Amino acid sequence: MDKISAPAPDAWEELVTSALLGTARRTPPGVAPGPEAPAALLDAAAVETVRRRAGLRPPRAAQRPQPAPEDTRPPLPAAAARRLAMLLADRPGTGGGGRRGTAPDLMELLPQWLATANARRYAAPPQLLPALLDAARGRTDLRPAALAFAGSRATWLARLNPDWRFALRATPGGGTALPSPQDTAGVRRLWEEGLFAERVALLSAIRAREPAAARELLATTWATERAEDRLMFLDSLRTGLGADDEPFLEQALADRSRNVRATAAELLSALPGSALAARMAVRAGACVAVDHTQDRPTIAVEAPHECDSGMERDGVVAKAPSGRGERSWWFGQLVEAAPLGVWPGRLGGRTPEEIVALPVADDWRNELHAAWCRAAVRQRDALWARALLGTPAAPEAGGPGAVSLAERARLLSTLGSAERAEWVAAFIATHGLSEAFQLLGVCGVPWAAPLGRAVVDALNIARDAGSYPWSFSGVMGLAERCLDPAEAGRLEGLMAVPDEGEDASPGAGGYWAEAFQRLVTTLRLRAVMAEELGLT
Amino acid sequence: MTQQGVRWTADQVLALAPDTASRKAGSKLGAAGPWSEAGSSDEGTVWGLCKGSGSKPYQTVIDIADAAGPAYKCSCPSRKFPCKHALGLLLLWAGGEGAVPPGPTPDWAEQWIAGRRQRAQEKRTADTAGSAAGSGDPEAARRRAERRAVRITAGATELEQRLTDLLRGGLAGAEQAGYGMWEETAARMVDAQAPGLAARVRELGAIPSSGPGWPVRLLEECALIHLLDQGWLRRERLPDGLASTVRSRIGLPASADGPAIRDRWLVLAQYDTADARLTTRRIWLLGTDSGRTALLLSYGAAGHAPELALPVGLELEAEVSAYPGTGQMRAALGEQFAPPAPTSTRPPGVTTEQAAARYGEALRDDPWLDSVPVTLDRVIPAPDGDSWQLVDAEGDSALPLTASARSRPGLWRLVALSGGAPVKVFGECGHRGFTPLTAWPEGAGEAVLLC
Repeated sequence: MDKISAPAPDAWEELVTSALLGTARRTPPGVAPGPEAPAALLDAAAVETVRRRAGLRPPRAAQRPQPAPEDTRPPLPAAAARRLAMLLADRPGTGGGGRRGTAPDLMELLPQWLATANARRYAAPPQLLPALLDAARGRTDLRPAALAFAGSRATWLARLNPDWRFALRATPGGGTALPSPQDTAGVRRLWEEGLFAERVALLSAIRAREPAAARELLATTWATERAEDRLMFLDSLRTGLGADDEPFLEQALADRSRNVRATAAELLSALPGSALAARMAVRAGACVAVDHTQDRPTIAVEAPHECDSGMERDGVVAKAPSGRGERSWWFGQLVEAAPLGVWPGRLGGRTPEEIVALPVADDWRNELHAAWCRAAVRQRDALWARALLGTPAAPEAGGPGAVSLAERARLLSTLGSAERAEWVAAFIATHGLSEAFQLLGVCGVPWAAPLGRAVVDALNIARDAGSYPWSFSGVMGLAERCLDPAEAGRLEGLMAVPDEGEDASPGAGGYWAEAFQRLVTTLRLRAVMAEELGLT
Repeated sequence: MTQQGVRWTADQVLALAPDTASRKAGSKLGAAGPWSEAGSSDEGTVWGLCKGSGSKPYQTVIDIADAAGPAYKCSCPSRKFPCKHALGLLLLWAGGEGAVPPGPTPDWAEQWIAGRRQRAQEKRTADTAGSAAGSGDPEAARRRAERRAVRITAGATELEQRLTDLLRGGLAGAEQAGYGMWEETAARMVDAQAPGLAARVRELGAIPSSGPGWPVRLLEECALIHLLDQGWLRRERLPDGLASTVRSRIGLPASADGPAIRDRWLVLAQYDTADARLTTRRIWLLGTDSGRTALLLSYGAAGHAPELALPVGLELEAEVSAYPGTGQMRAALGEQFAPPAPTSTRPPGVTTEQAAARYGEALRDDPWLDSVPVTLDRVIPAPDGDSWQLVDAEGDSALPLTASARSRPGLWRLVALSGGAPVKVFGECGHRGFTPLTAWPEGAGEAVLLC
């Protein structure tokens, strides 16, 4: 039946019934049975059809949707809106595929575009929200940035389309606004009556602005919370952690739940001035000493013989994972939780560099250094991180030394971005790109000039060495996204197809030229994108 | 006027793409990367060298000054038209000032442009000469038309007989008969040189399997075919305009011999529909001075984009001539006085009540009309069970969306654009509901394509 409603007079019903049955069996009123009946029925039906269509009236309106909340952010510049449409049109699986050629991988630039647009606090163009939500639906890593950019209208849309339900889940409380911190009654009510996700969001929001207020809010209901909720709430104290938090955390060390105790201990050990840190310093200190009886000073390790209840209360996990000796397991935890500042005093007033350089007796070196790495990362101690990282050009830095690549990447993240970039640049200059991927991942975007230059030089060397570019596709992809667009000019010379050397892999030169062309194209595109978003 | 002053938007450029793959490939090339020596001239030529997989870069030239849409030339081997390089170059041009700086036209581009301009000149001279001479033998043409009319009459009579038989036996029987019967009848109508009848008959075959309420729809369509048959058989007794409408609905060719109307025509919508053999492109124009609506049709072989491309949001000053027949909106594009240029003009709109009334009135001139082009002012898309409506912002009536519009991604663009606030929507309003094609936000903003 037509969707537009019209009065359905009986005459039409009669015509339909007769047509369905056939005029041989039944004729509508006013049509005589006989050979002329079908034509007469069609005549009447034609008149009726046109009459019905001409008389259609719009039906009554259904309920209107609640208007979407207004987006107060400034609108995106027109060129940037077009760019976004283009980035979103480049969805994986929409044809193409295979070799990438010289064209940039637009979808890979979307995270960067979104980050810039969010930093500039632009509002998303409403008509692009469906494509944006579809993209975020397929890629969970895009969701936080995409939903932040999409704003409240995306949540509004998601309520109308089940395909985008993830947007409601991702937004705490389905997008209900959090009360302002000044609204004490509102905060209190939401904290006491809200859903778990709403409460976590509330606590994190307050913690970000007023760390003490968040802790006090948590303390009001701490005793009545469920163990897994306590764990999550405690975790949100990680932001803005300070000495004020110690009494509360110290009290949480006596918690019924082991996970809560472990988290409280971890947080306390990140506070070098805390009582727990002091207790750990004593315990760890008892295990490590300088042995002067050898030819040269050597660190001697005497791992703890038992895990007493005091250690357990301070978060040491007594049961070692299978395959690890329990004494070394306990030892690692003690050193990790002890403040790094105690070691120079304990080990003859040496600097961290000197301490790291000391030989360690009885194969304890790896265990001890790994624990110091974890401590340096936890306490964000750049001095120790630098000492443990060592010189990037040192020969053993390229191999799997005492400190693994993953640990180095974590240590690097405690350093300032310039220093980080410089270290990685020097590392690449000595050891090439094959081990550099993980380290490059922790460097700030865009890459600082020395780092960018080191990567490009290393790629150039790899090309001259005759290997294929896809052996470096990970680094190439990173370079496309992270290299400073200003470097594009310096890369021009690499875009030509070089003469094939004798020991080069066949055709590699052409592929390298293509890869460099893609790199330059992508860099130019990123420069244009940044410009469109108002960055210069 | 200079071409550089008014750049197209990326959407308008991408609307020229023959298919999704080209659209995608073109957008990738729309970055400064693979291009070198790109430039543009004030006469509306854009050129550039695009580095492809070969050693020699492709030479791409586009003439955007041509009023019938841009013309392209590219040295790449692609058979797509326009190829991805042309699209990429146009995107680059649409993107902004820096990428295609004004400059002297290189020789390779100049040669092609000069050749084009000369051919266009020759064609114009030939046209004026040709129309004076007339074409063919009028007497022979008249005899051909008579022979065809006799065939159609035979076909229409036969079709009447089939409909009569169907109604005598009852539509219930049609459910079992299936497609076969209608396919065969449609083939008879093709033989009778009545393609309009053939298409209508073919559609009858799908109705019995189209869900609840099919007998009503089948009776309606049978009755309208009967009406068309009868219109043809008695065309001598119909007023001239209506007789032309019948001839056009039957599928007889006509020429756009209506008076040329010069106006600034606003492009309201452009969309393609494709079947196995043919891509049909519909372009809706609105005369900003005359207020007339015109439909331009162009065709391409399956898989190829029709040549005429007028992206939404452009305005062109041109003459348009209507095809004969009452209630017929089809027209042909005549002389164009300026290349299409972007505009912020929006069409005036009406309420849902007025839109429904407009369809009703249009049926007086053409009872076979399925829908009329309408712009709705201040309507809010609202969910209604599984379906959607466009609700008047002030008032409590609403137009339901057609079933096909409900399943298109354009629906969500419309809903997102509105966000519960009133929008302006151009589309086709008929007995099946409303099909939105283009929308404008309440505040400032470009037209958003929904089809």
